[in-house]
Amino acid sequence: MEPLGWFDILTRIFMQFMPVWIALVVLFTLSIVYKRRLGLYGKLFDSTIGMVGFGLVMFWVFTGIFGAFDLIITHDPLAQVSSMKNKPPGTPIMGAEDGQYPYYLFGGDNLARDVFSRMVKGAWVVVQIAPLATLFAFMVGITLGLPAGYYGGKLDTLLSFLANLILAFPVILLFYLLVTPEIVDTGIPNYMAMVLFIFPLVFVAVLLNSRYRTQPAVRTPLLIGVLGVMGWLYLSLISQPGTAITVLPDALDLFNLQGGILVVFVSVVFVNSPTVFRIVRGLAMDIKTRDYVAAAQTRGERPWYIMLWEILPNARGPLIVDFCLRIGYTTILLGTLGFFGLGLPPESPDWGTTINDGRRLLQIYLHPAMVPAFALLSMVLGLNLLADGLREESLRD
Amino acid sequence: MAFFLLRRIGTMLLTALCLTFIVFWLTNLAPNLEKLAKNQGNVRMTDEQVASFLQDRGYAQPLPLKYAQWLGVAPGWVIEGRDGTTRSRCNGVLENGVPPENARSFCGVLQGDWGYSTVFQDGVGSIIATRLGLTGKLMFWVMMVMVPGALIIGVLAGMREGSRTDRTLSTVSIITTATPEYVSGVVFIAVFASTAFGLRWFNGSATSAMEDATFENFTLPVMTIALYGMGYIARMTRASMAEVMTAQYIRTARLKGVSFPNIVMKHALRNALIAPFTVIMLQFPWLLNGVVIVETLFNYKGFGWTLVQAAGNNDIELLLGVSVVSVFVVLITQLISDIGYVYLNPRISVS
Repeated sequence: MEPLGWFDILTRIFMQFMPVWIALVVLFTLSIVYKRRLGLYGKLFDSTIGMVGFGLVMFWVFTGIFGAFDLIITHDPLAQVSSMKNKPPGTPIMGAEDGQYPYYLFGGDNLARDVFSRMVKGAWVVVQIAPLATLFAFMVGITLGLPAGYYGGKLDTLLSFLANLILAFPVILLFYLLVTPEIVDTGIPNYMAMVLFIFPLVFVAVLLNSRYRTQPAVRTPLLIGVLGVMGWLYLSLISQPGTAITVLPDALDLFNLQGGILVVFVSVVFVNSPTVFRIVRGLAMDIKTRDYVAAAQTRGERPWYIMLWEILPNARGPLIVDFCLRIGYTTILLGTLGFFGLGLPPESPDWGTTINDGRRLLQIYLHPAMVPAFALLSMVLGLNLLADGLREESLRD
Repeated sequence: MAFFLLRRIGTMLLTALCLTFIVFWLTNLAPNLEKLAKNQGNVRMTDEQVASFLQDRGYAQPLPLKYAQWLGVAPGWVIEGRDGTTRSRCNGVLENGVPPENARSFCGVLQGDWGYSTVFQDGVGSIIATRLGLTGKLMFWVMMVMVPGALIIGVLAGMREGSRTDRTLSTVSIITTATPEYVSGVVFIAVFASTAFGLRWFNGSATSAMEDATFENFTLPVMTIALYGMGYIARMTRASMAEVMTAQYIRTARLKGVSFPNIVMKHALRNALIAPFTVIMLQFPWLLNGVVIVETLFNYKGFGWTLVQAAGNNDIELLLGVSVVSVFVVLITQLISDIGYVYLNPRISVS
C-alpha cells in the first residue's frame, strides 16, 4: 500500500472524529436555539471568542470521553507494531490483519506506538484530572478564603501566611519533593489527600446547614443523606490498598485510582488552592462592605450564611472566569509533571509524557512530540478564550 | 516606611525558615536517607549497616537538632563511629578523635558553609554560585526581550481599545499565555533547528552558550521563556492602558488639542505602567519554573538544571541550597514589588 498524502490523512482523521463532530453540532445547535433561557452560559454564544473557545474545549472533552470508550482511536495506545517505529504520518502497516486499521494516521513513536491514538487517550487523562482537581482546589480556597476575608484579624494573618508559604515555593521543586517514589512510600501524599479532600465535605455541610438551620426537619435528613454519600466517596478515594491509609475493606471500597494518579491529583490541588484562597479572600473583603451584607447582618443572619449565601453568589463572575483559566493552568501543570516524568507511569499516554518521549529525537522525527504539543496548546488556548468570552459577557450586565 | 520594611523583612525571614525546614524534613525522611546510604556506601547494605552508616554520619540525630546544625545555630556533631573512626560535621574525619586546635564548632548556612554535594562532588556554595551566574545570563536576556516586547504590545493594544490592532495583538498575547515552555520550546526546536523541517537557523541545544552565548545558540531558549511571560504582562499593560485612556485628564488633553502620540507618550504611559511593574516583579517565581523547563529542554546547565539534578538524585544539601536561594529570590522580588508599587503610586500609603 502507498503511504497516504496529507489530504487523505486529514480526511481520515476527520472521519475518525465523526462522533465528536456530531456531539459538537448537537450541543451547539441546542445551545444556540435555547440561548436566551440559559443565563450566562447562553450569553457565551453571543461572543465569537467565547464560542471558539468553548468549541475547542468541548472538542477535547468529547474526544476524551469518546476516546475512553475506544470510539475514536485506531489502535491500542500501548500496542507496538515493530515495523512502525518512528514512521512518518500516514504510513500503512505492513501485512495488516483483518479488522486492524491499516494506517498510523499520525505516524509511530520511538516505541512503534500509534501517535494518533495516544493523543486521543491523552485527552482523557486531562479531561479526567484537570477539571476535578481545579474544583477541589476551589473548594479548599473558598472554604478557607471566605472566613479569612470576612473575619479578618488573626485568622486572616495565619491563613494568608500559610498561603504565601506555599506560593513562595517553586512549583517544580514542590513536585519533585512530593512525587518521588520515596516520599510516596512514606504516605505523605495520602495524608495530604486526607486533609485536602475533606474540604468539599466541609463546604457542602456548612452550605446546607447554614441554609436550612431554621428547619431541622429538612436539614437533618438532607445532611445525613448528602454527607453519607460524600463520606463514602471520600473514604473510597483516600483509602488505597497497600499504602499508609487503608481505611475501608475492599468490599466497600468503590474505586481505586491507578498508577500514582492520586499523588498527581493531590499535588495539583495543593499547588492551586493558595491562589484560589487569595482571590476568594480579596473578593470577600470587597463584598463584605456592601449594603446587602449589612442588611443580612442586621436581620441577624449567622456569619456562615452571609459568607456562603450572600457573598459567594455575588463573587461568582470572577470565580467562574478564574475557574476556566485555572483548568488551563492545571492542564499545563499536568503537562509539566509528565514532562519531568513525575507521578504518572512512563507508558502513560498523557501529553506531557509523550512530549518528553518525543523530544529526544526531535531533530530527526517531528511528529511524536508535535502532535501532543499542539493538542495541549489548543486545549489551553480554548480555555483561555472561553474565560475571555465569559469575562466579556459577564461584564456586560 | 521603616516599620513596614522591618515587618516585611521579618515575615520574609520567618517564611524562609519555615520553607527550609519543610524541605529539610522532606529530604531527611527515612526512605530518602536509606537511598542516600545505599548510593554512597553499597547498594546491598543490610538494614543494620544502613542504620550504622547513618548513625556514624550524624543523620540519626533528632530532626530539629540536625536542622539547627545545618542552619549553624547549634554546634556541629562529633560522633565516634562503630567502625572506630571519629567523624565531625565541620572538620571531616578526625585522625586522633579530637578536633584540631582553633577548629570551628559551628558550621552551617549562617557561617557560609553550605555543605557538600554528593552528585557533583563539590561544595554546594560554589556550585550554586556558578550555576546562578549562568542562569543570571539567561534571565538578563529574557528580561531584555520580554519586558520591552510586552510593554510595546500592551501599549499599542490598549491605546485604541477595540481597534483591529487591539484585536490582533490581544489574540497573539492569549496564544502566548496558552503555550507553556515545553510546548513552545519543542515547536521552536522543530521549526528552527531540526533537519526534518530544513530551517537550521539556530542550535537546538544551548550547552555551548554556557561559555560563549551567541545569537545562534541562545535565541531559542531566551525566546521560549520570554514568550510565555510576555502575553501575560502584555495583557496587564493593555488593561491598564485602556483604563487610563478613558480617564478624565486624557479627555481634557484631547480637547486641548494635544496630538495623539503626545497624549500616549506624555500623559498616559506613566500612569499605565504602574500595574505592569508589579506584574513583572511577580513573574519572577514563574520565570524560575520556566528556567527549569527550558534548561532541561535545551541542556543548559544552569540553576534550573541543577535543581532537577539535585532533586532527581536526592542530593540533600544541594537541594536545600537550591531551595534557599529560590525561596529568597521569590521573597525579595515580592518585597521589591511592594516597595516599588508604593513609590510609583502616591495614592497608596503603607501605614
